[in-house]
Amino acid sequence: MAALARLELSDEELERFTGQLDELLDHVAEVEALDLEDLPPTMHALPIANVLRPDVPGEVLDRDEVLARAPLAEDGQFRVPPVLGEAP
Amino acid sequence: MTAVEIASGVRSGRHSARSVVDEYLSAIEADEPEVHAFNLVVAEQARARADEIDAAVAAGQDPGPLAGVPVALKDNLCTRGMATTCSSRILEGWVPPYDATVVEQLHNAGAVFVGKTNMDEFAMGSSTENSAFGPTRNPCDPSRVPGGSSGGSAAAVAAGFAPVALGSDTGGSIRQPAALCGVVGVKPTYGLVSRYGLVAFASSLDQIGPFTATVADSAAVLDVISGPDGRDSTSIGEPQPPVSDTLADGVDGLRVGVLVELSGDGIAPDVAARLQAAVGALESAGARVSDASVPAAVYGLSAYYLIAPAEASSNLARYDGVRYGLRVDAPSTPDMNTATRSAGFGDEVKRRIMIGTYALSAGYYDAYYGKAQRVRTLIINDFASVWGQFDLLVSPTSPTTAFSLGERTADPMAMYMSDVCTVPVNLTGQAAMSVPYGVGDDGLPVGVQILAPALGEPIMFRAAAVLEASL
Repeated sequence: MAALARLELSDEELERFTGQLDELLDHVAEVEALDLEDLPPTMHALPIANVLRPDVPGEVLDRDEVLARAPLAEDGQFRVPPVLGEAP
Repeated sequence: MTAVEIASGVRSGRHSARSVVDEYLSAIEADEPEVHAFNLVVAEQARARADEIDAAVAAGQDPGPLAGVPVALKDNLCTRGMATTCSSRILEGWVPPYDATVVEQLHNAGAVFVGKTNMDEFAMGSSTENSAFGPTRNPCDPSRVPGGSSGGSAAAVAAGFAPVALGSDTGGSIRQPAALCGVVGVKPTYGLVSRYGLVAFASSLDQIGPFTATVADSAAVLDVISGPDGRDSTSIGEPQPPVSDTLADGVDGLRVGVLVELSGDGIAPDVAARLQAAVGALESAGARVSDASVPAAVYGLSAYYLIAPAEASSNLARYDGVRYGLRVDAPSTPDMNTATRSAGFGDEVKRRIMIGTYALSAGYYDAYYGKAQRVRTLIINDFASVWGQFDLLVSPTSPTTAFSLGERTADPMAMYMSDVCTVPVNLTGQAAMSVPYGVGDDGLPVGVQILAPALGEPIMFRAAAVLEASL
């Protein structure tokens, strides 16, 4: 799970969290046992969907101001280490 | 002075916004080192803003309904040019390039921002002990927690650092700290207040609301921050009537239900006694009170602790070290993502991301996240059948008064139980608020929770005003 969530845990963290998460999963098992096949799932409490604004350009953030807050930026873009393979 | 009195005095020239803000800044200077309600205090900016308000009044302009009212903002509300950290190392030092809609609305109403308040990291917690910058202490007793996650905002109002603070409530994060600190706290109907610029925790549950010392002050703030916003697709499209207008209408003839599933088992006797006293006050004012049952409410905590972490695991994927905040260098981007997140997030955030990732993962989705969403429907249906017979419901806000610092940090499940009375309302999207109603056996504040159907704020505030007046 930690790898899926891009987290690296120490052995101590792993041991502590495992016990704590087991306790939570024991508690929520009460809902796992309910028979609710006839009920639809609720993703959202309000009966509204697909809210769209008119398709015209709106106000946007200033690119330089946004990039100034990035850990590393270059030539108007965010800069990151190699995504695949080694650096050239 | 209340916020309403401050604004009316500033607008009429009876006192200056500058003298008001100076008084609050002195209180902050004196007591903030002990309370630690703030991550950031912007004293110079606040004074300059107050002078601006005074100049506008002198020039014959009306600065707005909150003219000169000092406001503290929870540190998950984006403020242009003012650091916003969510009490997390991963956002330490980040300065947003834009204001949240509520920040714009308060500014346009004449408010004076004094600072950003401490919170549980990314609003995950019930005691403000999960802050990367140290805990906030309860101004009523510094050995106790202020509640959470908006503990800094509740403490700021309780300590007299500001007459108004904003918080966010995903599972009780406004109401529970309001109860523990002895102030008024409101979770509005989902969609009534724009979430644009609120750093997302669980998007289908999050809602912004006020903390104040009085019911009328919360009404005045809610009237400023509620309303449609094209920048939040979950914003309710139609403007709602101001709650301030009907505040004094009383509860004569209203049908009030005591929510039995949240008012019996697990509630401390002294807290239950204060609820009974509140029920008596509502009856004396003409309300018809009887027991109300929402059987599925008992499953609220379980559904909440699957749905909220699931949404959080998705929302917090954006903290990857690429666009803002912390970056821990590594030879490849995937390694950099992992190193950044492992160093930047605290324990509780990591726990919730892992629960959420698990609840959403292939093979477990139907059993956990899917099931929790069906429980959510069950709870909504149970409440819907009760609203035919009752105008309002009441329960305790928190099962106990404020607990001691450190008492529940090693036991996340015990901490989660603090939210048992407040989470059902986030799942249903309904309105609820906490009103201080005396003290428990330990002399610490007790809050009574008033629950209303969606957009039932006007009636909810009437009952709150009756309770306040009966003390």
